[in-house]
Amino acid sequence: MQTVTRDLLLQKACELLDAGTVNRVYGWQKGQFDYDVTPAVFSSREELEKDFVYNDFCGANFSKYLIKETAGEGKILVFLKPCDTYSFNQLLTEHRFDREKVYAVGIPCDGMADIRLIEEEVGEGVTGVETDGDKLIVHTLYDGDVKLNRADYLAERCRVCKSKKHVAYDELLGEDGDVVDSARFDEVAKLEAMTPDERFAFWQNELSRCIRCNACRDVCPACTCEKCVFGNPKSGVENKAVSDSFEEKMFHIIRAFHVAGRCTDCGECSRVCPQHIPLHLLNRKFIKDIDAFYGEYQAGAEVGSRAPLVDYTEGDMEPGEAVASVDERGGKDA
Amino acid sequence: MRKCALANKNALLAAMAKTAKLYVPVDGADEKSRDVNSRLAGAYYAEWKDGTQLSKKLNTTRSPKDFFFPQTENMMTFKMTGKKLEIFDTRREHEDFILFGVRACDVRSFTVLDNVFLSDPVDSYYANRRAHGIIVSMACNKPAGTCFCRTFGIDAADPEGDVICWEDDAYIYLTAKTEKGEGLLNAVADVTEDCADDAADAVKATVNERLDKLPLADLKSDAFGGGKTDTFFNDPAWNELSEACLGCGTCTFVCPTCQCYDIKDFNTGREVIRFRCWDSCMYSDFTMMAHGTNRPNHMQRFRQRFMHKLVYYPENNGGLFSCVGCGRCLSRCPISMNIVKVMKKLGGNENAE
Ligand code: SF4
Ligand code: SF4
Ligand code: SF4
Ligand code: SF4
Ligand code: SF4
Repeated sequence: MQTVTRDLLLQKACELLDAGTVNRVYGWQKGQFDYDVTPAVFSSREELEKDFVYNDFCGANFSKYLIKETAGEGKILVFLKPCDTYSFNQLLTEHRFDREKVYAVGIPCDGMADIRLIEEEVGEGVTGVETDGDKLIVHTLYDGDVKLNRADYLAERCRVCKSKKHVAYDELLGEDGDVVDSARFDEVAKLEAMTPDERFAFWQNELSRCIRCNACRDVCPACTCEKCVFGNPKSGVENKAVSDSFEEKMFHIIRAFHVAGRCTDCGECSRVCPQHIPLHLLNRKFIKDIDAFYGEYQAGAEVGSRAPLVDYTEGDMEPGEAVASVDERGGKDA
Repeated sequence: MRKCALANKNALLAAMAKTAKLYVPVDGADEKSRDVNSRLAGAYYAEWKDGTQLSKKLNTTRSPKDFFFPQTENMMTFKMTGKKLEIFDTRREHEDFILFGVRACDVRSFTVLDNVFLSDPVDSYYANRRAHGIIVSMACNKPAGTCFCRTFGIDAADPEGDVICWEDDAYIYLTAKTEKGEGLLNAVADVTEDCADDAADAVKATVNERLDKLPLADLKSDAFGGGKTDTFFNDPAWNELSEACLGCGTCTFVCPTCQCYDIKDFNTGREVIRFRCWDSCMYSDFTMMAHGTNRPNHMQRFRQRFMHKLVYYPENNGGLFSCVGCGRCLSRCPISMNIVKVMKKLGGNENAE
């Protein structure tokens, strides 16, 4: 169960609006089914009381929206879960929004549920999902109410949450947590242990589903180029076509390279992918390698840190050593 | 009407597959190579082989429009040798194929696409595939929470198509609606038997009861339609509705009726391939023209998608809406913004919560 409640957040938002600390609130707007929550700007107590919601489906990371929102007048209140604060810092490191125009309220988080996992279990007739302690009560069209263990239906990124600690905020609701020793690299290790052929087959299968909708890119807080090369007709590499699966691999590998060292592992890319492609595995591979080659580095842990890939030190590993280390960690030629 | 015991469904499909390539909805989990992510990605169409297990999911993640209007297709190639320019027509007569288990919403989406691609000037690429496709539709025994086909007058209990099917616990019932469909039913006569014309009525009744109880059963389309451009175009609500939209193309790419494409040339070094691929009105370079784009801000791009479905298309197509209520955009949009929320916000008192 979340320790913070809708009422608590609502009260905080109204208090800050009334005091004139902020003139807008970035929050979650309720939908039809509990799980279909939409990020939205609220400008008044009335709007908040009518539509503001906080439940187990408030996974959207608001950090990237601050680029747009801080272009406006006045301060905006933003609620940030621990993982969101890393993106927040990373965007600040890259000078992407105006910190002065944001009032950040950190909120503790107990993980967010994944509606796909729930539907896989109970079928597609879900009409609503409520949280009751460590249970989820799923209202369905054909099987009445189904009780599920909440912990088993959390999103992948939440099951391997890397940090309960907020690395940025103006004000914190509740207690802060710690950086967690998580299992987030376990799946990467499995991929590393594969032969190159097996690994190729794995990614070919996953990426063959890509419809090149670009949701992964568009949601990514590390992808903030005003015009992505892949969407710019003048770049020469603009491409909407899925001509063969090779192109998809190129797109995803180039994107993973581009965000390497800046990706905070917020998990938004995998959350939004309509084809459920485990994009986080690509990013985590880079994170794991960066940790192994240059020492532990967490993007967004602090504002202004230099990512190892763009920070030369004399002690840097030689490329040859890095390649040689691949053998030690498995992944030899078949 | 014909029927076939569910126990013999494999034989029925085998008989169909003898007449033409047969595509059926399957789950990713079926094939060993496809893992948990594939399963969660949802059902998809695959060629039927002996023993293929059909998906129990209501519908496929990608719509079956791919079969007629693929995401990418080559249109022609050019070759320059010295000063000589050769143009090669890459079109080939398509082979016959059967799409099995298409839902009523998706069958209607083919009509929506037909109105665009088969009206003058006829799109020969689309027409070729369409002429060779046989649609075997299936009534929806368990509509999903996100379904709202009825809003657009589509009957999930009695779909359109070449052959219509219903299933109960024991049998699959089949009836032909077109000449093509009759041909197919004749070809599978050995594995089916005659039954009363009202044999599927009980299934229809159950489906109708279930449709009555859907959470979106009250959603009305009455406020929308041709001639309503002025009513909605300048509604200030568009700003709010489009506020958090990422401008990804997920909604357009999963939508069975989205029909926009881009045409580009690709120089392989030896030849130039002219291809077309799906495009999305949500993209900033959509219909980019020499003077720039005709929709410079995102609100305008967002508005286009919904105005097209609810106003412009019906205006040009005798009142037919170009949303079929399949619910794909409801379940796949990263921010859960969708046509239902738009209709509720704009659609006057009737659709207000
Ligand atoms: S979100 Fe998924 S389907 Fe869309 S482009 Fe990214 S990987 Fe491909
Ligand atoms: S690549 Fe994915 S996990 Fe990394 S910052 Fe972007 S959205 Fe987050
Ligand atoms: S409405 Fe949703 S799916 Fe469509 S472009 Fe916007 S964010 Fe993407
Ligand atoms: S707009 Fe949405 S509900 Fe309507 S046909 Fe397209 S994907 Fe389906
Ligand atoms: S929208 Fe209607 S026809 Fe389509 S899958 Fe749902 S119930 Fe069936």
